[in-house]
Amino acid sequence: MASTTSQGSEGGLALDPMHQFEISRIIPIKFGGIDASFTNSSLWMVLTVVAVSALLLLGTKRIVPSRLQSVGEMIYEFISNMVRDTMGDEGRKFFPFILTLFCFILGANMLGLFALPVLLHPFTVTSHIIVTFALAGLVWVGATVFGFYKHGLGYLKLFAPSGTPPVMLPLLVPIEIISYLSRPVSLSVRLFANMMAGHTMLKVFATFVVALGWAGVIPLAVMVGFTGLEVLIAFLQAFVFAILSCMYINDALHPSH
Amino acid sequence: MEPEAAKLIGAGIAAVAMAGAGVGIGNIFGSYLQGALRNPAAADSQRTNLFIGFALAEATGLFGLLISFILLFGV
Repeated sequence: MASTTSQGSEGGLALDPMHQFEISRIIPIKFGGIDASFTNSSLWMVLTVVAVSALLLLGTKRIVPSRLQSVGEMIYEFISNMVRDTMGDEGRKFFPFILTLFCFILGANMLGLFALPVLLHPFTVTSHIIVTFALAGLVWVGATVFGFYKHGLGYLKLFAPSGTPPVMLPLLVPIEIISYLSRPVSLSVRLFANMMAGHTMLKVFATFVVALGWAGVIPLAVMVGFTGLEVLIAFLQAFVFAILSCMYINDALHPSH
Repeated sequence: MEPEAAKLIGAGIAAVAMAGAGVGIGNIFGSYLQGALRNPAAADSQRTNLFIGFALAEATGLFGLLISFILLFGV
């Protein structure tokens, strides 16, 4: 729905599905030689934080929960169970971090779909690789530093799984190291590529709706289905990001697997 | 060959990697359903592993998609 209106604002039927990912400066700020402008990306990040905080903080006073409150409680309980299942009781101290990460990514993905078409140009924060790479890099560097802090050089046992025959070690250790180094890349690329490909697809199909005129009702019906699919993917990718972060931190907690 | 045409053809070929991701994801969910129908009691405990497997299978295909994005918009 958001994509059809943004199509209209461009005027005509020019197929430009990449226009939605453009970053524009709202308040230009120069900080030395660094361009630290407040862009539409920053605006949507602020909106995401406000929306998530409102969902989790507003109306949490009642014993019998309202509808809004039960959504917040469901998210809390869901992430709480996930953290306990993957990291055990030791991982409880990482629960606020994982909850924040999950809520931010879920909020950013969802707000990109349910934008306010007239007031604001829709924009998905997580469809830019620098944002997702910053998030994934934070998790990866954090887990690595924590692993070395907790186990010292014993953390390197992660690269030599227990029970491996010594003959296999020269083959296995490089593979483990490469797989460890590719973690932040795969974590960020997964989220970024899913969001970008999904939104581009929505917009390309939205062009068909306009191009077909009255017959566009048929692709419109398909579009509704695809929007539902995108909502599912938005949730699934936030969940996958959170659960893989849990796995990586779990490796830092218990390196010998 | 025109460099522009070569770029577009290369992007198309790189996107073929998603076929592998499709096979992998289908395999994961198919096997999960098969196992879950045989032993529904154990299904819930394996859902975490299901999504980890799904994510890993998808990531390899998305690397190919990323190459085609880079070819189309980055180079």
